[in-house]
Amino acid sequence: MDNYFHIPQLAKRKAKAKRFKYIAMMALVASVAFLAFFLSDMIIKGHGAFTQTYVKVPVLINEKTAKFTHLAVDRKEYGFMVSRAWLRGLKNTLKDTPEWMNTNKERWTLANSNVDQFIKGKYNRLKPEQIKKIEQMQKDGKVERRFNNIFFEKGDSKIPEFSGFMASIVGTIMTMIITMLIAVPLGVMTAIYLEEFAKDNKFTQIIEVNINNLAAIPSILFGLLGLAIFINFFGVPRSSPLVGGMTLALMSLPVIIVSSKAALKSVPDSIRQAGFALGLTKWQIVRDHVLPLAMPGMLTGAIIALAQAMGETAPLIMVGMIAFIPDISTSFLDATTVMPAQIFTWSGMPERAYIERTAAGILVLLGILISLNAIAIYLRKKYTKTW
Amino acid sequence: MNIKVKTDKLKLWYGDKQALNGVSLDIYENKITAFIGPSGCGKSTYLRCLNRMNDLIGGVTIKGKVTLDGHDIYGVGVDEVAVRKKIGMVFQQPNPFPKSIYDNVAYAPLMHDMVKKGKECDALVERSLRDAGLWEEVKDKLNESGTTLSGGQQQRLCIARTIAVEPDVILMDEPTSALDPISTQVIENLMTKLKEKFTIIVVTHNMQQAARIADYTAFFHLGNLIEYSETEKIFVNPQEEKTEQYITGKFG
Repeated sequence: MDNYFHIPQLAKRKAKAKRFKYIAMMALVASVAFLAFFLSDMIIKGHGAFTQTYVKVPVLINEKTAKFTHLAVDRKEYGFMVSRAWLRGLKNTLKDTPEWMNTNKERWTLANSNVDQFIKGKYNRLKPEQIKKIEQMQKDGKVERRFNNIFFEKGDSKIPEFSGFMASIVGTIMTMIITMLIAVPLGVMTAIYLEEFAKDNKFTQIIEVNINNLAAIPSILFGLLGLAIFINFFGVPRSSPLVGGMTLALMSLPVIIVSSKAALKSVPDSIRQAGFALGLTKWQIVRDHVLPLAMPGMLTGAIIALAQAMGETAPLIMVGMIAFIPDISTSFLDATTVMPAQIFTWSGMPERAYIERTAAGILVLLGILISLNAIAIYLRKKYTKTW
Repeated sequence: MNIKVKTDKLKLWYGDKQALNGVSLDIYENKITAFIGPSGCGKSTYLRCLNRMNDLIGGVTIKGKVTLDGHDIYGVGVDEVAVRKKIGMVFQQPNPFPKSIYDNVAYAPLMHDMVKKGKECDALVERSLRDAGLWEEVKDKLNESGTTLSGGQQQRLCIARTIAVEPDVILMDEPTSALDPISTQVIENLMTKLKEKFTIIVVTHNMQQAARIADYTAFFHLGNLIEYSETEKIFVNPQEEKTEQYITGKFG
């Protein structure tokens, strides 16, 4: 061995570096494993909610059962397998299909959640003879799993097989519209003022420090603020997308300001100097030269802030958006719920069938958040200019 | 010879630190005047006083007088934006706007209402690019981004952008120090052509460049104007000992 290049302890130093690398790699593996576990658990638990069981049973419809719809199905034989919600809805169904009147035919009906859970191989409360009956019907082709339209069309319900996620999806969209309309313009203008126009003195420094601190405040405090100001002082209707959106706007504002400021700061000063040297005013320089360059960064920041607000539950609990909402709201002043609040409500329900709905709700929320982040990345890639 | 820009006992402080100790200097019309001196001598600071670019930095105090055609540019009620329209500037690093070549030149004249959009503006863009010696190279790609050009072309684009505003004076802060020798030569030739229309003031690190192109040269040292006269005199027969030491390379 050539000893000319020998350094004592070198092998030890290299081993240390290697050990450090492996520890870092293990941390990566652990965090990826956590994420994979969470996602797969949600998919395993939640995928069932995307289908719903239907059973074909004789439905008797005459003058009497049209009035008392719970009598339309033979209670002893089939009562346990048909959803109460379907029977309740029969009155409305008859309005659309008057030809059903005075018939006694086998029809496809929405199955009770216990039957649904049995078909999906999950825990249920069916008695042995009921199970036998269902198995026989399965053999006769009278049990079917269909895509769960209800989940994507309806609002919450106390009957699990009839509860849907759509009311909260619409609620989230309406709330986010309000948040966006308030937080984005306010945040961007604040950032432009602080970064481009404000003099660097004690006063603006204090403001900037406080904005940074606001971004780290527990979100429930924003809920309390929203409750005190918007509901108690201004009298905005509680549980409405308006009050929820305004509360979340308070929460997103510091995040948007900070990210917009960073985007403006990253625009090289030479662009501004060039503008000044041509006798342009500050506003002309900011509007036409600085903002276009800062836009991708600002957009990304705004989208990420909105995605964060979308997943937020705590402040909305304070302004009453955790209510039981069976109907899809049509105005910004109606009582509404949002996706995370709906997930939270379902997670506390005693019926087993809500477990898969909770997981499915999480999957939908995650899907929307991931696509929003993907859009943010795409916009940044597309509009980033090089110079 | 007409005096275009005149400064009288110009003093400048960055906070407590004095950077200019009273500089009095007359700059003549349609000449190239070069400022030379070692780093930190105040030549760039002085240049930036001439179009009030130092106003943009906080904590700067300026005393003394700067006049353009006899009018005080720091006078009461004089807007620095209006001053910069008459006294343009080209920087060390080429800094075109990340817009098309056409927009780079057309933007400021349009904002100043000097031309209307359309033919009038097209003509100004062509004239400015021709004056900057860039027209033949870019006439087929006016809609491409100005940042796609080479460094030397970008700097000529910046010059075109500056002359499109039709200033009286063009300040150049080491305009070739980021460029290769060939691009440098092109810009130097351009400067000697441009002095027929404009008064050019150039700060340079490169003494030979001053010798090649400048009609007048001023030597700065530690915030003082040491010597100012015709370029030939400065380089052949300097009056001050410091000047001689600097141009012979004894320090700097």
